[in-house]
Amino acid sequence: MTHFSALSLLRHALGGNKKWEEQWPNSEPKAEYDVIIVGAGGHGLGAAYYLAKEHGITDVAVIEKGWLGGGNTGRNTTIIRSNYLYDESARLYDHALDLWEGLSQELNYNVMFSQRGVMMLAHSVHDVQSFQRHVHANRLNDVDNRWLTKEEAKAYCPPLDISQTARYPVMGAALQKRAGTARHDAVAWGYARGAAARGVDIIQNCPVTAIRSDATGAVEGVETPRGFIKAKKVAVSAAGHTSVVMDSAGVRLPLESYPLQALVSEPVKPIFPCVVMSNTVHAYISQSDKGELVIGSGTDQYTSYSQRGGLPLIEHTVAAICEIFPIFNRMRMLRKWAGIVDVTPDRSAILGKTPVQGLYVNCGWGTGGFKATPGAAHTLAWTVAKDEPHPINAPFTLERFTTGRLIDEAAAAAVAH
Amino acid sequence: MLLIHCPYCDETLPEAEFAYAGEAHIVRPDNPADVSDEEWRDFLFIRNNLKGPHYERWRHIHGCGRFFNAVRNTVTDRFLTTYRAGERRPDPESLPEDGQ
Repeated sequence: MTHFSALSLLRHALGGNKKWEEQWPNSEPKAEYDVIIVGAGGHGLGAAYYLAKEHGITDVAVIEKGWLGGGNTGRNTTIIRSNYLYDESARLYDHALDLWEGLSQELNYNVMFSQRGVMMLAHSVHDVQSFQRHVHANRLNDVDNRWLTKEEAKAYCPPLDISQTARYPVMGAALQKRAGTARHDAVAWGYARGAAARGVDIIQNCPVTAIRSDATGAVEGVETPRGFIKAKKVAVSAAGHTSVVMDSAGVRLPLESYPLQALVSEPVKPIFPCVVMSNTVHAYISQSDKGELVIGSGTDQYTSYSQRGGLPLIEHTVAAICEIFPIFNRMRMLRKWAGIVDVTPDRSAILGKTPVQGLYVNCGWGTGGFKATPGAAHTLAWTVAKDEPHPINAPFTLERFTTGRLIDEAAAAAVAH
Repeated sequence: MLLIHCPYCDETLPEAEFAYAGEAHIVRPDNPADVSDEEWRDFLFIRNNLKGPHYERWRHIHGCGRFFNAVRNTVTDRFLTTYRAGERRPDPESLPEDGQ
């Protein structure tokens, strides 16, 4: 594997950039693996990387129905934060944030993690009270978050309209300065490169059509159009399609799949210094390093696998952005798209073992999976390697829907994740 | 924009007039105290989440205000049929081909 450094860039530049090696091979499936991971997004590739690096398990295949990082990893708005209300979520997302901070060095691959801060606007007395409660809960959990007055919010993000005549007056904001954005494709590529260098096979354009178990109920392998592939353990990390894949193993999950849309504007010079989210009017915005404004909001109202979504939601989102930032009134939008997100009833992920021996699941991230990528991958690898929960992912079981011990971020936050 | 036929108003109207209300034909147990934790979980949380024809509820919130059922293909988002609440669930074979 080429080591990226200023020197290697210079050497290749002098050679006309003609001798760059392939970063990972496109593998053909073997007949058998120790571990198969279904889904080559950031979560799946990351789990393969940590299995190989931290647990010495290198006989691993990551099987992807489309192309690597072509699902929600490449479709999200790249926001990373960890200011969740409950202890369990705070630990999981803050673990991810800790890993984000060292990820480019760890992978020797620039994921362009930028801690530009995420600011959440409060537009009503209820918002103010709710966000201040979040700030206090976060600080008790050693999670960075602070309260800003509206003037401080304006100073942090100058395009913000804080006038009293604004359609959605700003009463203050919660700011997590440690939060920010990263280059989403690079996360998938960096993990893929690191995993492949340690012997992991990455198999693209190969949908897993069924998971097969033996007579004792233990997992046996996966069916694909390229034939049956045997495996001692299978981990499913397939986002919106998790229900479809898990159904074939007889595991029914509390998931519903919704389209989550995002859009980008034409690229402009640097104007927007941070990420701003408004939960009340439901929109969020940041500026990519290419200069595009990256805009998103909540899911469409109906379940769907269409990866399209409807225009009413885009209209609502763009209207909200134009009210909060009148400066963007005449920006032209370049393109929009949707990813299919798997939403749980309590809006928290399901991460761990299933009733089938040797079958693991990492799903239910809903609209906020990207920020959790390193943390989810790291703890999933632990669970797969040791067949037991990691202390951080232990509360995120499937059993909580039977016992009633939910991690109810939906009720607590009512936020866009 | 989805176009949805309200079986009460007998009109086909834009999605903005309607609210989605989840999977249809989920029956609440007669006496919740009698069911096991697993059955209660299934009733509350477990959904088919089908990729294909999906039986679901909608409500005509900005019209007659009534709940009705629909069958929609979740891959193409096309409505195959809508019918009034309380009516029998249409047989999958009786539904029109998607695309018509």
